[in-house]
Amino acid sequence: MNPSMAITEAPGLFTADGLTGLIFLVMMAVTLIGGIISCCAERLVRAVAGLIVCFIGVAALYYFLNSPFVAMMQMLIYVGAVCITIAFAIMLAAPEESKKNGPAGPLSGPLGFITAGLVTIGLIVMAMRAKFTSLPKVSDGTMKEMGIQLLTSYSMVFELISIVLLIAIIGALVIARAGRSK
Amino acid sequence: MSLLTLYNNLNTFLYLAAMLFGMGIYGLVTRRTLIGMLIASELILAAASINFMAFNRFTAPDPTVGQIFTLFIMAIAAAEAAIGLSIIIAVYRNYKSIDTEDLVELKG
Repeated sequence: MNPSMAITEAPGLFTADGLTGLIFLVMMAVTLIGGIISCCAERLVRAVAGLIVCFIGVAALYYFLNSPFVAMMQMLIYVGAVCITIAFAIMLAAPEESKKNGPAGPLSGPLGFITAGLVTIGLIVMAMRAKFTSLPKVSDGTMKEMGIQLLTSYSMVFELISIVLLIAIIGALVIARAGRSK
Repeated sequence: MSLLTLYNNLNTFLYLAAMLFGMGIYGLVTRRTLIGMLIASELILAAASINFMAFNRFTAPDPTVGQIFTLFIMAIAAAEAAIGLSIIIAVYRNYKSIDTEDLVELKG
């Protein structure tokens, strides 16, 4: 039995715990449906819309994992920035039709589905069989403690991440600017 | 073990992340455009982040570490998306296509 917190007997549906569980189920469904849309939709714009739905669901899951700050960052960074950037790139670069016929490669079609299914089943079986033990908590994981850790233990990584982001911005500008007159 | 207490269980999140990972793999091997593959890779990164957060909540002694790691994953993913999209736009300028089958100049 893997760690699970505060298991009580099954709550009624219309108690606070029951409604929390219901919201979790809905958000889980939203995540999965968004993922299915984003990997199976024919048009790329719909795939991005599915990705947005999926990321909103993931943000809700983070909320359920006691991390409202990371949930907010998920909404800001992924939904607000990454998905919008991908949508702009689709508008700039994706010719809408250009549907070529015929197989796209050996792995498209059923073989790709089998590959992905095997990976998923393997991961699920592995999670089912593994035993994880819960360790006693040494902190609460609040936002204040995160801030302290970010500026003490992880300050080096923090600075490196900002340099990586700066270089990524400059590099993206340089790559996308070259050959602009064509 | 009721359906309504699923959110208190580590395995729920692991299964969910495994399914998201599988969808990402499926998109990665079946998409024929570069942007579609980038979208699928974002799904894979989200699955990895969910795993980090789940272990952070249920097993880790210090629950700040997983959150900080997830924030770093987000920053790296944002940088990766920016660079990847600018490369895709550069490719589109040169080939007038982002189909993976048209990019065969280096193929022997």
